[in-house]
Amino acid sequence: MTWETVIGLETHVELSTQTKIFCSCTTAFGGEPNTHCCPVCTGMPGTLPVVNEKVLEFAVKAGLALHGEITRRCKFDRKNYFYPDLPKAYQVSQLYLPIVRNGRVPIRTESGEEKVIRIHELHMEEDAGKLVHDPWIDQTRCDYNRCGVPLIEIVTEPDFRSAEEVIAYLEKLRSTLQYLGVSDCKMQEGSLRCDVNLSVRPAGSQELGTRTEMKNLNSFKAIARSIAYEARRQIEALEEGKWVVQETRRWDENKDATFAMRSKENAQDYRYFPEPDIPPLEITEEYLERIRAQIPEMAEEKAARYQSQWGLPAYDAQMLTGEKALADFFEETVALGAPPKQAANWIMGEVLRRLSVDGLEEKEMRLTSKTLARLIALVQEGKVNRNTAVKVFDAVFSEDGDVDTYVREHGLEQVSDAGLVGQVVEQVLAANAKSVEDYLGGKEKAFGFLVGQVMRQLKGQAAPQVVNQTLRERLEQRKTM
Amino acid sequence: MELWELTALELGGLIQKREVSPVEAARAALDRIAGEQPRNNAFVTALEEERVLERAKAVEAALGRGEALSPLAGVPMALKDNICTRGLKTSCASKILGDFAPPYDATLVERLQAAGGVLLGKLNMDEFAMGSTSETSWYGPTRNPWDLERVPGGSSGGAAAAVAAGECWYAVGSDTGGSIRQPASYCGVTGMKPTYGTVSRYGLIAYASSLDQMGPLARSAADCAAVLDLVMGRDRRDGTSLDVPAGGLLASLTGDIRGMRIGLPADCFGEGLDGEVRAAVLAAAQVLRDRGAVVEECALPIMQYVVPTYYIIACAEASSNLSRFDGVKYGWRAEGYEDLTDLYQKTRTEGFGAEVKRRILLGTFVLSTGYYDAYYKKALQVKAVIKEAYDAAFQRYDLLLTPVAPTTAPRLGESLQDPLKMYLSDIYTVPLNLAGLPGLSMPCGFDGQGLPIGAQLIGPALGEAKVLAAAHAFQTETDYHKKSPAGKEAC
Amino acid sequence: MKITEEMVDYVSTLSRLKLPQEEKTRMTGELERILEYMDVLNALDTSEVEPMSHVFPVKNVLRPDVVEPSADRAELLRNAPVPDQEAFLVPKTVE
Repeated sequence: MTWETVIGLETHVELSTQTKIFCSCTTAFGGEPNTHCCPVCTGMPGTLPVVNEKVLEFAVKAGLALHGEITRRCKFDRKNYFYPDLPKAYQVSQLYLPIVRNGRVPIRTESGEEKVIRIHELHMEEDAGKLVHDPWIDQTRCDYNRCGVPLIEIVTEPDFRSAEEVIAYLEKLRSTLQYLGVSDCKMQEGSLRCDVNLSVRPAGSQELGTRTEMKNLNSFKAIARSIAYEARRQIEALEEGKWVVQETRRWDENKDATFAMRSKENAQDYRYFPEPDIPPLEITEEYLERIRAQIPEMAEEKAARYQSQWGLPAYDAQMLTGEKALADFFEETVALGAPPKQAANWIMGEVLRRLSVDGLEEKEMRLTSKTLARLIALVQEGKVNRNTAVKVFDAVFSEDGDVDTYVREHGLEQVSDAGLVGQVVEQVLAANAKSVEDYLGGKEKAFGFLVGQVMRQLKGQAAPQVVNQTLRERLEQRKTM
Repeated sequence: MELWELTALELGGLIQKREVSPVEAARAALDRIAGEQPRNNAFVTALEEERVLERAKAVEAALGRGEALSPLAGVPMALKDNICTRGLKTSCASKILGDFAPPYDATLVERLQAAGGVLLGKLNMDEFAMGSTSETSWYGPTRNPWDLERVPGGSSGGAAAAVAAGECWYAVGSDTGGSIRQPASYCGVTGMKPTYGTVSRYGLIAYASSLDQMGPLARSAADCAAVLDLVMGRDRRDGTSLDVPAGGLLASLTGDIRGMRIGLPADCFGEGLDGEVRAAVLAAAQVLRDRGAVVEECALPIMQYVVPTYYIIACAEASSNLSRFDGVKYGWRAEGYEDLTDLYQKTRTEGFGAEVKRRILLGTFVLSTGYYDAYYKKALQVKAVIKEAYDAAFQRYDLLLTPVAPTTAPRLGESLQDPLKMYLSDIYTVPLNLAGLPGLSMPCGFDGQGLPIGAQLIGPALGEAKVLAAAHAFQTETDYHKKSPAGKEAC
Repeated sequence: MKITEEMVDYVSTLSRLKLPQEEKTRMTGELERILEYMDVLNALDTSEVEPMSHVFPVKNVLRPDVVEPSADRAELLRNAPVPDQEAFLVPKTVE
């Protein structure tokens, strides 16, 4: 029998506000335990939440960008459960009237077709704290620094049929949220994490199978592998005539498998009810207009513009617009006078290479567009050649050093002095009579060898055009001799 | 006349005129507490003499520098023990909070401090403000100064008893379903719950967030007005606090209520109401009529729904609000637990009293899967109907006048036998919390055993000035509010 | 409505209470009486009434996104039943 995998996704995204959702503590990542805390976010008795205006703004912005309907009168609800990472023993979230409903995210499947993933809802809520077990004292420490950091949870319909579709969706979602500036979506810091709901059914069936939920997956790799594992596990179970049990399963990265969590934690009755401490939010048409006006040019629009305005190939345009930070960097570089195609080549080549080697994200890069633009200009002006420029790039990359100073101090300026080049060429020709003979005998390959020899003598700093030209001239002279 | 027999404003006036110093006033209060506390147990925490006097001196110095502060500057006061005071034990009269000393001050506490308040201590109450007798306190029951064998009412029983016994000139309590007004009535003092949202709840340990409101208990309506002038007004730390002009209530009290229209809801004078209470409240109506008010009978056909609606909503919110008391971050933790769940269960089972557990279970039930719609959602719908009934009444009347409680103060131990019966006795006070309305309890007579009777004046939303005007007019005409239990003993 | 001890067990588990048998029996009876009394609400037809979670039409109470200093950690931890310099402590949680 062939089986079809059906997947729905719940994605939690940390919003990049300065302060927490209900108090004025910083959301900065890290910090000593419990130092980004106050009576409100540690759940002290008597404290009350007051909503951060940016959280609403970001949620609405995300909702509009995901083509959702904004709930004009929305409320917060309390979700009640006991766990030490939740100091109030309830999470303020939204159940009955989430801020956004019925959105959609178009993705491109492997076969290149466009597919629309439907967004069931998007709601605002607060993050929980962090629990760290201390084996020395055999106790768990509760750190509430993350407690109250604003999140949006984006819930899709069960529209995915493969891990590839899930990844394509997440890449699209991440790009969209980054473009909006509502989240940095750093997976390794947990600012984008997923719960995967998965079931399988015989191909062609319309009914949904029993699903399991895998919680807190925080890398694309983990998501893809857990989907592959869990789909296989469910199919095997069904083929052996067993049942799939509706449960929450934990993905174990090291064992490359999912495991059922204790059933006690599965039994939940959250007793949601409207949060009495927070008055309802009413979204006016004017407010929506104001937020709508703030939505920037998104990735596809940018990519299209790069092609039409600057004549970049589609591949380049797509590559450059994948991450907003990269697109911004590219546009700044062009604005500083770099020819677009040159800038694109440098960024897609050298910049991405160094980011990958150094393990950095675009926004962590210290190299400025000004430096890159200057470097490109030096090549354009013939002051350094391409190979030297790459060396300079690598030298200035990590600290955004000054290109001109570096070139000057390291004596890397290109030798364009025809006299000097001529002398060296004569020396090389004298020392490589065999190659000269070969060339004159019609072996073009020998020319390349000779160029290399000249360049070596000149430590690679000669202008290639000058070397080529001089060498040809001198060889031609020999021909006629 | 002894200092403790004065109203808060009278004492405040003497302090402004430099005839009495804040230190003298504080000493008088400390003496009084030393004598009365062993009898009535009104305080959970009475501050040490040194600390009180130090504060009184600071206020004295500020007044000496010519700082205006307020008409109540230097007047000693006390706070119900569910109002957070930084570094000072705040227990909600519960074992589970242990010696919890909050890391912050309630907004109300900050405002009273800025106005020259001198804190004497924290007052006894029903555990987590759940009750109407002040008997469920982990620190033992408070007794009614008028008869030590009787309850002072609750949950702000300590506040009412302390004011009645002259241990402080005013107190601040909280009122979720009558917890200021009913003990004020049982103890013969004046107590007011203002409109929901007018006094910041930041720092009030929540019982039922949509119903809780703090307010004063004092000797007179004018004293209540003076306290409200200090504490009302928008607070950026409480999202439900209303952005309305605050202050000016004291200045607005002229005693003139001519032409004021007052409704007497027949539904509040029927079955279950004690005859002496009915007679005293109707007599109060006559006094108001004599002062020029137009008093007439009206209908309020929702009274049979108010108690169930109140208990469903209050318990639901309480079950959530009290979940944070789990032995992890503050307060008391049980010993001998095996794991996390056991820690939670042992701490909560041993740390909460029976009434609190009853309400948590009830609240958990009405929110649980399968019952939410039938109970909780239904209650929210009935709440809307109740609110509408009051809105309709206030189309025709400026105020409503009703009893506060069906009877005068019962004997200790009588009420807790039958929880349902106890809940039903809240009938006259709970609808105001559901509808968010201001209400005041004022002494209006005594029963055959010499126990105080209270009458309740109810105003429309933000109608504090009207409520206080009528109460002030009544107190201009009568002297029930001037009686004290000490006078009774002397008789 | 009939309240059983199983129902009391269920809500007890949800609210992390563990009543001794005697208390459970008493509580079951009391809850049944109280809930039975609450059925009086069913006499009122509210099918057309919007549930009222907030009594006044206050809305959009928002705060600017401006960082204020956090609290002193020692003061936040001072009331913890198990003292520690950095964090609140609980018995080992799963995983």
